[in-house]
Amino acid sequence: MDGSGILKGLGVTFKRLIETYVDDFKRGKQRYYTEEGIEYRRSAEVKGIFTVQYPEEKLPVPEEFRFVPFLVGEEQEDGTLDPRCTACGICTKVCPAQCIWIVRAKDPKSGRPRPKPAEFYIDIDLCMNCGLCAEYCPFDSIKMDHDYELATYDRFADDVLDLQKLLKPVSYYAEIRPRNYEREEEARRKAEEAKRKAAEARAKARAAREAKKKQAKKE
Amino acid sequence: MSEQTVMLQNEEELLLSRFPEVVKKDERKGYEGYVVEAKALRDFATTLRDELGYDYLSSVTGVDYLPEGKMEVVYHAYKTTGGPALVFKVQVPREKPVVPSLVPVYPGADFQEREAWDLLGIKFEGHPNLKRILLWEGFHGHPLRKDWREPYFEEEHKPYKSRFPEGKFFRAEDRNPFAKNVDYPAGFDPDKWIPDNSNALIYEGLGRVEKADDDLPTEQIVVNLGPQHPSTHGVFRMVVTLDGETIVDLEPVMGYLHRNHEKIGERNTWLMNMPFTDRLDYLAPMSNNFGYALAVEKLLGVKPPERAEYIRVIMAELTRIQNHIFAIGMFLNDMGAYFTPSLYAIEERELILDVFEAVAGSRMMVNYFRFGGVARDIPEDVMKKIHELAFERLPRRIDELDRFLTGSEIVRVRSEGTGVLTAEQAIAYSAAGPVLRASGVPYDVRRADPYSIYDRFDFDVAVRYHGDVYDRYLIRMDEVRQSIRIIQQALQQIPEGPIMAGKPQYQHRVPAGEAYGRVEGPKGELGFYVVSNGKGNPWRYHVRAPSFINLTALAEMTKGQKVGDVVIILGSIDIVLGETDR
Repeated sequence: MDGSGILKGLGVTFKRLIETYVDDFKRGKQRYYTEEGIEYRRSAEVKGIFTVQYPEEKLPVPEEFRFVPFLVGEEQEDGTLDPRCTACGICTKVCPAQCIWIVRAKDPKSGRPRPKPAEFYIDIDLCMNCGLCAEYCPFDSIKMDHDYELATYDRFADDVLDLQKLLKPVSYYAEIRPRNYEREEEARRKAEEAKRKAAEARAKARAAREAKKKQAKKE
Repeated sequence: MSEQTVMLQNEEELLLSRFPEVVKKDERKGYEGYVVEAKALRDFATTLRDELGYDYLSSVTGVDYLPEGKMEVVYHAYKTTGGPALVFKVQVPREKPVVPSLVPVYPGADFQEREAWDLLGIKFEGHPNLKRILLWEGFHGHPLRKDWREPYFEEEHKPYKSRFPEGKFFRAEDRNPFAKNVDYPAGFDPDKWIPDNSNALIYEGLGRVEKADDDLPTEQIVVNLGPQHPSTHGVFRMVVTLDGETIVDLEPVMGYLHRNHEKIGERNTWLMNMPFTDRLDYLAPMSNNFGYALAVEKLLGVKPPERAEYIRVIMAELTRIQNHIFAIGMFLNDMGAYFTPSLYAIEERELILDVFEAVAGSRMMVNYFRFGGVARDIPEDVMKKIHELAFERLPRRIDELDRFLTGSEIVRVRSEGTGVLTAEQAIAYSAAGPVLRASGVPYDVRRADPYSIYDRFDFDVAVRYHGDVYDRYLIRMDEVRQSIRIIQQALQQIPEGPIMAGKPQYQHRVPAGEAYGRVEGPKGELGFYVVSNGKGNPWRYHVRAPSFINLTALAEMTKGQKVGDVVIILGSIDIVLGETDR
């Protein structure tokens, strides 16, 4: 019959329309502006309207979400942050947009390079948020941030991040990426454990060797 | 010896004996195929097409071998009945690169030869319309030549030395002030430039062509659809010559989004290209990653572990689903249904993008594949979500979309019999993917030349036979269903285990040679042709972009149609300008 296809299609839209109101009625106030409400609206079983009212409501981002890098700094007792970065330069070499600049620190007396960054710049206008720097950093020092609200008034002054702006405490990193943080800490503990054991074994072997030597001398 | 190797040997004997002296096997290490003398090229291609059944010319591109002083044109031909590629090459001196055009044999070479002329300056003798395609006439030189340098040139290869250890920050704008970062050919002034006759109509917008009919004097009129036109979903122009409301001829004009992806790719290291491939077809980033990873893995000779293969397939098929339902939604939008169907489609797409975000870190710019595996494993909770989607939500929602649209009389009246492309035309014009299969050619790279682990899955190659816009809509529905089937099987079979072969590396020692990796992307055959000279950067990096090559057939589809249908015909091809213009 002519028109049956259109009627069927209209049936689909009508069902959706009804669903929106029924679901609003069923779930009441907790459907909007609450955490469960947002979670429900982005789940696979959602019925009815599914949009989120940004900026009043914000979608939570998953752990792996990545947006412009930051530097992880160990919290010192005096409240300052000590960058984990050793200025090895791998991030500058792997960066596809070449938006990272590092000046390696120098020992003021001898003039020899020191494993610390003296200056560190990231031009976030160039950064393509690919995450390769974080992925290949051997010291877990550069990580991708979760903060995506980066609008500024002056791109020249605000969009080139220097060492001070880039540094964020380890606790912040542990908060936004708990699973990654746990995994890395675990790996570090294991590595240290292995190192300690190896050192112990070495010490033991040395002691044994020396004991042997002494004995040989005695004889 | 298998049947296939015997066949290939017979082919080789036939070709070498038919063309003694002028056809030789490519003996360079790491290379394959034949090297053909320029004068014998057209005969060789005709033999391939008519006698050996290589009826589908997939990829045409050039390589500049600067140290040897040679230019090479590389062709990849396939049989539409399936099987591996036949690669043949033509070598010409760099100073005078002239190659006979293959458009008379394979009309699908049209745009690709124009691209090679535009970017590499290789002249194709006998091409009907050899002019620049991605760049404009005021562009100086041919940028993919190895000795060409951009006016804001910094260094030959990344990583740049100015970044470390004395990384004094500078702003690109300070080094290349605006208006000084452009280079014009000698004697060219953009303000005084007047396009020559062949381009006059295209550049002047509404123009007139005289035509006198005996009975009824009529005039043809040229209309520019675009570059800013809502139907193009980007910046793209169709120059349409009209007789009344009927289309007499159409010429697509593109390149507005051109950024010379391939030159960037040749400056990059191998790994750096991965995030750049996301930005080609930004609706199908996982497929782009897949194709590039396959090409480089061929050169490296690594094979990803089992679990990584399954993850790759799941991601690639999720990409296909979200691309197709988005394409359907936007196609209905083009048809005038405004946003209701596209929002229904976007709702499902969002759920899939949530999966990408949780796994890869970004909804669209995923940068997820690595050579020899994938960047990270799928977390447990996301796996559950994919399960939910594949087994419950998506099949239900596709059925709903089907009820909503497929039977609708308005959709059918608008699209049935519109923009017909016959099977012969589709093959000749090198159309790929849904466009090819909607015309009745059941050619799918996943089945015809299986890559990764696609030979393990049970799925049907969707095919429709009318070749019109409606069939191109239906075929996407069919393919979504098949993709769901593949994902369901993959989810049931996926083993535990590592996701990377070997240690993660950021600098790769890629052995010298060439490789062509191709996947069945959502838009069609997506190929990456890479040449390595053993150094840290690709010597040549070429993308066979399905959106771009499918447009070759656009003129053929629209001729004789009404101007109002152009929009839905373009919508049914489903192009993404990020890939078309590269």
